[in-house]
Amino acid sequence: MNATEGKKPKFKIAVYWAAACGGCCVSVLDIHEKLLDVAEVADLVFWPIALDFKYKDVKEMPDQHIDITLFNGAIRNSENEHMAVLLRKKSKVLVAYGSCAYLGGIPGLANLSTSEELLCRVYEESESTVNPGKTRPLDKFQAVEGQLELPVFYNDVRSLSQVTDVDYFMPGCPPQAERLLEVLGDIFSGKTLPPAGSVIGAGHKAQCDECIRKKTENKRIRKFYRPWEIVDDGETCFLEQGILCMGPATRSGCGYRCIKGNSPCRGCYGPTADVSDPGAKMMSAIAGIIDEKNPAEINAIVDSLVDPAGTFYRFSMPVSNLRRKLS
Amino acid sequence: MDFTPRIIGFLCKWCSYTGADLAGTSRMQYKSNVRSIRVMCSGRIEPTFVLRAFLNGADGVLICGCHPGDCHYQEGNYRCLRRYTLLKKYIVQMGMEPERLKLEWISASEGKQFADLINSFTQTISELGPSTIKHTMETLT
Repeated sequence: MNATEGKKPKFKIAVYWAAACGGCCVSVLDIHEKLLDVAEVADLVFWPIALDFKYKDVKEMPDQHIDITLFNGAIRNSENEHMAVLLRKKSKVLVAYGSCAYLGGIPGLANLSTSEELLCRVYEESESTVNPGKTRPLDKFQAVEGQLELPVFYNDVRSLSQVTDVDYFMPGCPPQAERLLEVLGDIFSGKTLPPAGSVIGAGHKAQCDECIRKKTENKRIRKFYRPWEIVDDGETCFLEQGILCMGPATRSGCGYRCIKGNSPCRGCYGPTADVSDPGAKMMSAIAGIIDEKNPAEINAIVDSLVDPAGTFYRFSMPVSNLRRKLS
Repeated sequence: MDFTPRIIGFLCKWCSYTGADLAGTSRMQYKSNVRSIRVMCSGRIEPTFVLRAFLNGADGVLICGCHPGDCHYQEGNYRCLRRYTLLKKYIVQMGMEPERLKLEWISASEGKQFADLINSFTQTISELGPSTIKHTMETLT
């Protein structure tokens, strides 16, 4: 008897990276031996970091062939956008997996520069670059063999939902393996999924609600310390010690890995529900607890926050109100 | 080209909105470019409100609250000042002209000061020209 006979057809899963560091793709491996259980009920039909499939294999699939695509990484160039649109067409469920696909993530901080500034830095100015002819890569090149093309480098970084329809958002940098297992478990067991557009694989409250550090209601800050300027006592709320922590405006669900490792929250799980601009929410919370009334003193305290845009919008610049630096 | 600035004003109910009312009932003439939004306290004004206003096409945003020490809720205007200071640093980093955002204290009896403030702020924004934020954010590639 054929081994597959009488069994349900296997789920088809794809994992793709766009402008990403690769951490999200590797995070799928963090489920360790449970990957074998996943392989039992699902086929991985496309996963460039681990399996040798080509873009043309995806192109040749019938529409909606893939059950779930975990798309990680932001949209930086035309290749990223092309694959986002293609995978949307080929997938029943498209998940923005990880902070870059969900919010723009760390690559989104490039929106503080223009593409011209970035290319100039990389190809002309950087200390290790020797490029007297100021040669730059071309999008198109006519070679003897025919026309060669490179993806077009866009001026702005975008999140996945800014280029195509997304069914679910799964935050994290990278998403925690436990959360991925829960989500996959729900899908495989046929549980009813939340309405499209929901954030899955994360909590509903803010980090602070469940944080294990000692805290009082009365937070007062007179100076912001950068982590190397102060010795953390290991048990008091970071904010009460004057160390910036994104806990008040960040969704729970990560399992407090950073805080348990004595490092303040950086905000990778994104905003809690119904918050349109995570960084603005955080600025509101942080500025509210500055313990000073004199305008000059307030200025001095705010000046100890070196990089507000990069700190408060570390993972979310492309989806915030001011999506990029104005030129 | 004639440029008519669009300005959003967030006024606290207890001092600034009453001050604006006084300017009106005293029949003071002042520029009609400010769309006033009454909030219970300047401490209610979140950075998001201001950013949203700019994103939706405001050329300037004016925040008014009670004078320091006069807040109906004791501390709200100080919270507003702290948020404003931080927000200002952020918008400068994002390449915006800081003059487009202004915070002033207006008491319930300062109708004249309110009228003067509206005139001078409208003048400032007229000189700066239209804000490009809405257009820039709508045409990202």
